[in-house]
Amino acid sequence: MDFALSDEQRMLQDSVAGYLESNCPLTRVRETAAAGDARADDVWQGLTDLGACAVLIDEDYGGVGLGLLEAALIAEAMGAVAAPVPYVASSVMAPVALAAAGSAEQKERWLPQIAAGQVVFGVAVTEQIGRRESDGVACADGALNGKAMFVLDGTGAARLIVAAADGSLHLVAAADAEVGRLKTIDRTRTVAEVVFNGAPAELLPGSANDREPLLRTIDAGRLALAADTLGAAQTMLDKAVAYAKERRQFNRVIGSFQAVKHMCAEMAAELEPCRSLVWYAAHAYAAIPEEGRLMACQAKAHLAEVGTFVARKSTEVHGGMGITDLLGLHYWFKRIGFNRQMLGAPELVREEAARTQGWA
Amino acid sequence: MDLEYSPEYQAFRDEVRTFLEDNKHKAPNQAAAIPGRPNSPKEWQQLLIEHGYAARTIPRQYGGYGAEPDILKTRIIAEEFARARVPPGHSGDNRLVPTVLELGTEEQKQWLVPPSVRGDMTWCQGYSEPGSGSDLASLSTKAELDGDEWVINGQKIWTSGAQNADMMFCLVRTEPDAPKHNGISYLVFSMDTPGIDVRPLVTMTGDAFFNEVFFTDARVPKDQIIGKRGEGWFVANTTLRYERGGLGDPNEAENRFNRIVDIMQRETVGGERLLDNPIYRDRLLKLQGRILAMKFNGMRVLSHNIKGEEPGLPRWIVKLNGCELNHQMAGLAIDVLGELGLLYDGSPYLRDGGFWQARYMLDLGLIIGGGTAQIQKNMIGERALGLPKEPKVADASA
Repeated sequence: MDFALSDEQRMLQDSVAGYLESNCPLTRVRETAAAGDARADDVWQGLTDLGACAVLIDEDYGGVGLGLLEAALIAEAMGAVAAPVPYVASSVMAPVALAAAGSAEQKERWLPQIAAGQVVFGVAVTEQIGRRESDGVACADGALNGKAMFVLDGTGAARLIVAAADGSLHLVAAADAEVGRLKTIDRTRTVAEVVFNGAPAELLPGSANDREPLLRTIDAGRLALAADTLGAAQTMLDKAVAYAKERRQFNRVIGSFQAVKHMCAEMAAELEPCRSLVWYAAHAYAAIPEEGRLMACQAKAHLAEVGTFVARKSTEVHGGMGITDLLGLHYWFKRIGFNRQMLGAPELVREEAARTQGWA
Repeated sequence: MDLEYSPEYQAFRDEVRTFLEDNKHKAPNQAAAIPGRPNSPKEWQQLLIEHGYAARTIPRQYGGYGAEPDILKTRIIAEEFARARVPPGHSGDNRLVPTVLELGTEEQKQWLVPPSVRGDMTWCQGYSEPGSGSDLASLSTKAELDGDEWVINGQKIWTSGAQNADMMFCLVRTEPDAPKHNGISYLVFSMDTPGIDVRPLVTMTGDAFFNEVFFTDARVPKDQIIGKRGEGWFVANTTLRYERGGLGDPNEAENRFNRIVDIMQRETVGGERLLDNPIYRDRLLKLQGRILAMKFNGMRVLSHNIKGEEPGLPRWIVKLNGCELNHQMAGLAIDVLGELGLLYDGSPYLRDGGFWQARYMLDLGLIIGGGTAQIQKNMIGERALGLPKEPKVADASA
């Protein structure tokens, strides 16, 4: 019994965090956001070289063959710097969907390409979590029709994995659909509206009569978003503490005022247990299947709440500077906001957690 | 991440489970327990000690079970009792007994530990004073040596259970000229000592769980001191450490959470099961997220402890979060019960013997007691996050 990261897991996280610290500073995030493409290709390439994009892919397919906990540790490191890369959809959700439901041929074709960073996937599952704007995709005779909203990492993706109304999963070339960028508050990730007019689609056969591949894909995405929030919120807390130690008013550093010190303590008290929740949930995903869905839901929902709390308090500790573009704290603030709504706002996800326990 | 228990621990868990199945019917009724009132009859305590489920690591010669300390086994016992919803035993007094075992003389251990463990000697803690709460080290109750006796004068307050306790462990100022932390001694004495006057302090629960204790020339034998003269503050910190560990126990939180789920599955409002009300349900699920996070935080702390590592921040937050969660749980239980949650004092229709009503009020006290939430936040801010202390005020009356 040892509830802790292994040395290998710590090294993996340190190497990704170290790479991002050097190669994805705030200036790089700003440039990418200003360019409007929400993807720093050099950073994405560097992460690919580190194996970060291949972490969930089996060694047989050119991947690293690790688990959700390792993927979550990487997501945390990305949240910590607000890395503008399509990690959640392309490196977490798409490999899970392909591994769970893809044919041998589909896996052989796509998984090595994802691992090598040669193809980026977007994932369209929002309809299955909470339909809005009458979105909906139907599949008939190998073609998709309809509209998918809030397609994660959808802009700039070459391929899409799309959930149809019945929960089946389909592979589509982005070029066969109309992909429109939806601008969000978070300029470090993209979401798209995708319209299908008879787009040729390839069914992932394991999802034909089984919703489980879809649900496992969503669980994995939620865990990655929760971990991303953990990293982003930790950065916001660290920045607040550093600012409180340095900013002086009334001849004192403001961190010596209890009003400010207690805000920092409250952030730490709320956030620190989240680390254990994310670790446990990511571990349970494969190791404790009967708890996996509940834990993924609770991690997603709880991190959304705590992330929102930290985002607000950290901004307040920074005073007026907290809301300026000059300081740039808002990149993390918005990242946390994005993670909160995507793949289910906390109320919806808790309702799912209730259902998994037979309470709803 | 290794959450598996080795076969030895798995076997131990099975053993505890079997014991609980066989003996559950002898356990005191937890649902009817009122906070602050003894709920571990001596026979039950004795049975638990015999099996090593209470006073587990207290040596046999002092009335305990005498097992080697094993953090995991202690945890397994706590988990299984919580799962079976059976009240656990005690280790005498979780503040006094470890302190005496660590710092007392052989004679003091023999005298104090065995009857405490049996439940024949109960304790109250004489720390806080009207003028010394969060700033405990400023305490002014004094003890002066007169021949072979300490003569105690002064007043304590917030003394839990003083009206029923047999003994008090108490901080008194014995070296008035020393700096405040170095002038304190730790005395133990009988509550029957002449010159001690206990006045119940009725709180919002309607019970007198706390007391004021007045000392007027109370005379206590000279050797009833734990540690040396003037070292009482450091002895007391040993005790406070144990108390803090106990106040925010995540197993207890999970146990209570399960009881709220029971209520929400069993009770109805307007013909609808409470759990079917989406707003009540969302509050329940929200709390579950917090409780799970603290449970796993507890596993993380435990793993650090097993390896002899200092857990740091994950440990600093336990008291603050644990007490807050308990209070929120009681609040939810009362809210889902609605008007039934107002009933009190043995009223008809009272649920769970009024446990939640009492708990709601008492848990607010526990947020304050043992280091207030604000003191906890100072400690987290200063010791874990490295923020500077509040500058000393030159003239405190300014």
